[in-house]
Amino acid sequence: MFLQTLVTGLSIGGIYALMAVGYSLVFSVLGFSNFAHGAVIMLGAYLGLALAVKLHLGIGLVLVGSIVGSGILAVMNERLAYSVLRRRKAPSLYLMISAMGCSVFLENLVYATIGSRFYAFPEFFSRQVVQFAGSSLSLLDLAAFIVAFLAILALHVFVTRTKTGIAIRAGVCDMTMCSLMGVNVDRLIMVVFLLAGAFAGVAGVFLGVKYLVYPTMGWVTNKAYIAAVIGGLGSLPGALVGGLILGVVETFVSTYVSSVMRDVFSFTLLIALLVWMPNGLFGSDTEEKV
Amino acid sequence: MDYILSVVTLAAINMIAVLGLSIFTGFTGLFSFGHAAFVGVGAYASAILTYYYYVPFFIALVAGAFAAAAVSLIIGVPTLRAKLRSDYFAIAILGFGEAFRVILENLEITNGARGLPGIDSFTTLPIVLVALAFSVWITRNFLKSRYGVACIAIREDPVAAEMSGVGLFRTRLLSLVLSAFLCGLSGGLMAHFLSFIQPVMFTLVQSTQLLAAVIAGGMGSITGPLFASFLFIVLPEALRVANMWRLVAYGLMLVLIMIYRPQGIMGYQELPDLFRRKISRSGTK
Repeated sequence: MFLQTLVTGLSIGGIYALMAVGYSLVFSVLGFSNFAHGAVIMLGAYLGLALAVKLHLGIGLVLVGSIVGSGILAVMNERLAYSVLRRRKAPSLYLMISAMGCSVFLENLVYATIGSRFYAFPEFFSRQVVQFAGSSLSLLDLAAFIVAFLAILALHVFVTRTKTGIAIRAGVCDMTMCSLMGVNVDRLIMVVFLLAGAFAGVAGVFLGVKYLVYPTMGWVTNKAYIAAVIGGLGSLPGALVGGLILGVVETFVSTYVSSVMRDVFSFTLLIALLVWMPNGLFGSDTEEKV
Repeated sequence: MDYILSVVTLAAINMIAVLGLSIFTGFTGLFSFGHAAFVGVGAYASAILTYYYYVPFFIALVAGAFAAAAVSLIIGVPTLRAKLRSDYFAIAILGFGEAFRVILENLEITNGARGLPGIDSFTTLPIVLVALAFSVWITRNFLKSRYGVACIAIREDPVAAEMSGVGLFRTRLLSLVLSAFLCGLSGGLMAHFLSFIQPVMFTLVQSTQLLAAVIAGGMGSITGPLFASFLFIVLPEALRVANMWRLVAYGLMLVLIMIYRPQGIMGYQELPDLFRRKISRSGTK
């Protein structure tokens, strides 16, 4: 029972981590919480669904399509809703409110046009379960976990080993200095949103396959946001560890305490963390300066 | 006629809640994505009192407002004492609002997610108008008092205000409690007007609507947000727009206001000021 709970928690945590990465990427560069990320994940899931149902594509092509589509969406989102504010050097709170507006806008646009029906993906994974040290794990969860892990690993390599990655990390330290060194900041931020959007696409497809596709599915990302806070906003390893911790702890709470108190517990954890440990496990110092 | 009357009543009830949030956001400068929870506390507390315990309406209404003020302490004391970054604070209160909804959905006395049907409809337009006038009076006096001036000083520059001897924690908490009180009052009136309340009526969507009214109406203004919230309720009714498109418009509006006019329609001024300024301007010419 204990091991089974742990395995289930880890598999949920993998998806949380996948979504949390998107928050952390944007936060690390622009210093605000991009609440529109949840809406991008939701649109990614709808896009994947359309590809799978209308064009009968396999899981691989669905993932690629959703990654590209969500990436473009995220970049468009930044261009239309954030870039003006960013250039004006508006307070990060304005960016956050703008992001909240985007999320409300996109979510209800889907409601008003596509409707509130729940859609299911075709079955990509057989209902086979893998036996693992006395606990069972569905093939889907295993695939989601492996993809999440590989994607975050690839991102880590990209950020630490490539030229663009180094530019991103320089921008995290000091955006003005970075632009003086000849880095095109606009292009850099575009790359960041493209990456965040790509992760949103993967997360959206896996969420949609695991659960269902509906307009408010982006709200699961509240959990991912909590995961990002646990790990420290702006930190990539933090997003992975935070996602896994939240997944495991939540599953333990719902198994051993009560499943309805699970969400109350997560939100209380969020508030407690913000109050006592606003920098999370791996975050850097983020106090508001004069 | 009945229909118009009920729309106006609903708009006035909503205006009280917007007024409450305006104290906290427009004058103290902290943003909240969770004030619908305080409206919910007021609604549920007063409705439970009249529904199960046959408490007189007026006492239940006041009790609901005080309950909301008390609940605001639960979230306000730890987060405001920690002097969170303003965006972290907005997130913490968002988490609080969501947790509150989950608790409402699982309590016995609130009848869970199904909600409380058949609350006596005591609320009438005159009562609402009296409550609104009372709220405007309280808000105006508060903002003219030294506490209100301290709030405005904190909004303009927390560090400078603290150096001038303004207690950040106490002033912000006072402003939160007062704003929660007004939201609770509005919730009590709403519960006894609609005679049915449900946890989904007090979620992030409603918090966003309140915030949108304050931001669109203008920071640091009482009349601006009141005007905006009146428009928000009356216009969609008049134009007969579906609820979803209304929310689409709210979202779009938040983005557009942040980009083009962050101070809102009436930023830092009141309706009477506009007329006065016009007169004085034409006088000097």
